[in-house]
Amino acid sequence: MSLPRLQLAHITKRYPAVVANSDVSLTVLPGEAHAVLGENGAGKSTLMKIIYGAVKPDEGTVSFNGRPVQIRNPQAARALGISMVFQHFSLFDTLTVAENVWLGLDKSLGLAEVTRRITAKAQEYGLDIDPLRPVHTLGVGEMQRVEIIRALLSNPQLLILDEPTSVLTPQAVEKLFVVLKKLASEGCSILYISHKLHEIRELCTACTVLRGGKVTGVCNPQEESNASLSRLMIGAEPATLEHRTVATGATVLEVKALDLGRESPFGVDLHDVSLSVRAGEVVGIAGVSGNGQRELLFALSGEDTRAANGMVEVSGQPVGRADPAARRALGVHFVPEERLGRGAVPTLGLAHNLMLTRDDAIGRGGWIHLKALEQQAQALIARFHVKAGGPNAAAKSLSGGNLQKFIVGREISANPKLLIVSQPTWGVDVGAAAQIRGEILALRDAGCAVLVVSEELDELFELCDRLHVMARGQLSPSVDRADATVAQIGAWMSGLWHADVQSRLASMAASQQEAADVQA
Amino acid sequence: MFKLEARPQASKFWSYGSPLLALAITVLIGVALFAALGKDPVKGLQVFFWEPIKSPYALGELMVKATPLLVIALGLAVCFRSNVWNIGAEGQFVIGAVAAGGMALLAGKETSRWIVPVILLAGVLGGMAWAALTALLRDRFNASEILVSLMLVYVADMVLSYLVYGPWKDPNGFNFPQTRTFEAVTQIPRLMTGSRVSVGLLIAIAGAAALWVFLFRTRAGFAQQVGGLAPAAARYAGFSSRKALWVALLTSGGAAGLAGALEVAGPIGQLTPYVPAGYGFAAIIVAFVGRLHPVGMVFSAVLMSMFYIGGELAQSRLGLPKSITGVFQGLLLFSLLACDTLIAYRIQRTVGAK
Repeated sequence: MSLPRLQLAHITKRYPAVVANSDVSLTVLPGEAHAVLGENGAGKSTLMKIIYGAVKPDEGTVSFNGRPVQIRNPQAARALGISMVFQHFSLFDTLTVAENVWLGLDKSLGLAEVTRRITAKAQEYGLDIDPLRPVHTLGVGEMQRVEIIRALLSNPQLLILDEPTSVLTPQAVEKLFVVLKKLASEGCSILYISHKLHEIRELCTACTVLRGGKVTGVCNPQEESNASLSRLMIGAEPATLEHRTVATGATVLEVKALDLGRESPFGVDLHDVSLSVRAGEVVGIAGVSGNGQRELLFALSGEDTRAANGMVEVSGQPVGRADPAARRALGVHFVPEERLGRGAVPTLGLAHNLMLTRDDAIGRGGWIHLKALEQQAQALIARFHVKAGGPNAAAKSLSGGNLQKFIVGREISANPKLLIVSQPTWGVDVGAAAQIRGEILALRDAGCAVLVVSEELDELFELCDRLHVMARGQLSPSVDRADATVAQIGAWMSGLWHADVQSRLASMAASQQEAADVQA
Repeated sequence: MFKLEARPQASKFWSYGSPLLALAITVLIGVALFAALGKDPVKGLQVFFWEPIKSPYALGELMVKATPLLVIALGLAVCFRSNVWNIGAEGQFVIGAVAAGGMALLAGKETSRWIVPVILLAGVLGGMAWAALTALLRDRFNASEILVSLMLVYVADMVLSYLVYGPWKDPNGFNFPQTRTFEAVTQIPRLMTGSRVSVGLLIAIAGAAALWVFLFRTRAGFAQQVGGLAPAAARYAGFSSRKALWVALLTSGGAAGLAGALEVAGPIGQLTPYVPAGYGFAAIIVAFVGRLHPVGMVFSAVLMSMFYIGGELAQSRLGLPKSITGVFQGLLLFSLLACDTLIAYRIQRTVGAK
């Protein structure tokens, strides 16, 4: 047997408040696709940063190709042949693909040479990319390809990918896996970090499971089931949700042909978006982030009041120009995807954060009844099992999942008529995610209209009665969940919901020209 | 060796301890400074920290100077807590003084005592109007309030100079650039005889209490601060950022204008080119050293007032230049900013490599 490509032995890393890794050992063989599986906060990211030289371990050793090494910084890691593709891209929007790649490379190469190499690598691995395009014109999937090409140009022996599929359509994930499998077959080891079980089972032949900073299992994921893997990951199987049909009531939210120009230069124009949500149903909006979801949610929540008044109606009342407080008065409550800084003020306590959307503890003249406020926060903490240091714990002191439980709880306990939730379980651990989804379904059963925007198809299929897909600022027609398939929704994510939508868009100028010709 | 390590949570202890440590460091550097200048450090410290409090009269003078500092700082705290960087309180102070002075000049022999509240109101409105220029430019054209408010300080100084060198100059004043002395009836009522402390002190303390209630017990105050702490959260909640901007600038402008009115109709008693005494800038330090907290600012205003008085005494007693006051103010702010690092970080002794 050959020497292991990477071997970690007894790695321990302590932070002031938490032990991120405790006695973690990990062996990656050459040409092996090795998964690191774990919930958020299990210590995956810290471990990767240690391998990539961004963090120094307190204890333990790292060996690369059988030689013990001390990786002091990412440059040293790259010199050894370790490349990493981060979850959040580090690309300059205003530069071209080639210029971005060039920035990270040895300065002895000219830009023309780099451009040539990019084209060559892209062809070799079937990564379709134009090196001369500015990065801001690229989709997220394309940006990731740029990151991967940049990593591959240094001919790595070990490629680390951190949650690479969180921004990709199912089709793009398949393409990525083809590339990764080809790489592995050529002898490059892959370290694949994820909490998506089916992906790991498809791609990887070995898997190290982390929980609470410790290794809880090493296995071949292809011989395991989703259930057995998640048992290793969370220590128990997640509760499965029952989805029963519910009688729907009156239309609560009606969006009529919403057209809205972008607010920021990097935003998306909304075009002709129509949807309705009735009481007692959950409607989902799928799609890759950055296709207009953010803009749509701003227009629905009242954070953007530029829409015409009649374009958004709540319970028959036009609210397009109403501010968030006026919409809340009509029973519209919203859970934004950014928890810290938007859904909650990081430095303020949970009790005070209630006052962003709730005025139960506010008396005449805007007087704050502190006791009542703290009691209300305490009740939410208890009801939604939020792990927090009390009602006055700063929002930023909570983990992402616990803060999300608190924010969801804050909006749910307001007994909304319409609940809009964006990425309800993004970055939330499996247990908390199941709880949040359960709460959303309970609210639906109580007769609330719910609109969920999510990138995770599994989640949407679990929660929703009907699905829309958002792509390039447009919204697909809705499809009943019973009739929807992952393949279909995936195709729609590229904007292909109507056979001729694409061709119509492409040939719009041409047809206008034609019409003019006919008239002439 | 030592290294800084991020704390898991901001330290409560150091958020109060930091101003005290900063004061200690300021004193230490002050001692070194006196020694370097060949002055007796003990005497130097005495001038700054003992002379201003050693007699009832001295205490009164301390309060006279602390009053405008506190009034301005209270307004600035609203601004800074809302992330609105009004650096031009000095200008708002000057225009408040001009408006109040103009009103006081209208008073004649028969004017009733009710002119005093009118003078104060004129000061408030003057300061507000000056701050409103900044608010308008920021709101309408997104101009930086830092630059605009600072520039307007110098414009305000020019306005004052124009008036006292021109139309408002005292005809019997031997051509000195100053207005005639205001009628006695315009004098802000003093609290007691034998001291120059006026009702301004009561207004300042009531202001501190009102600010405390506004910030910590009203929803409007909460909304105001959310805009500063997390603008996206304020937008999400539906708290208007434009409203926050106007409230912040009008409050601080009004407070600075009030301080200006209290000064000209109080200790000064006429308009001169020397009305701007730097209170508007010193109040920025007062606000930060007091942690933008109403109670903290009461203490820091007194401290800053000590520096003013100490600086004046240092001129006569020790023969040091007046700029010693500015040196102490700067030292204090500088060490405070440095000490504030301890709130988010702790110093860790790094053990030598094993």
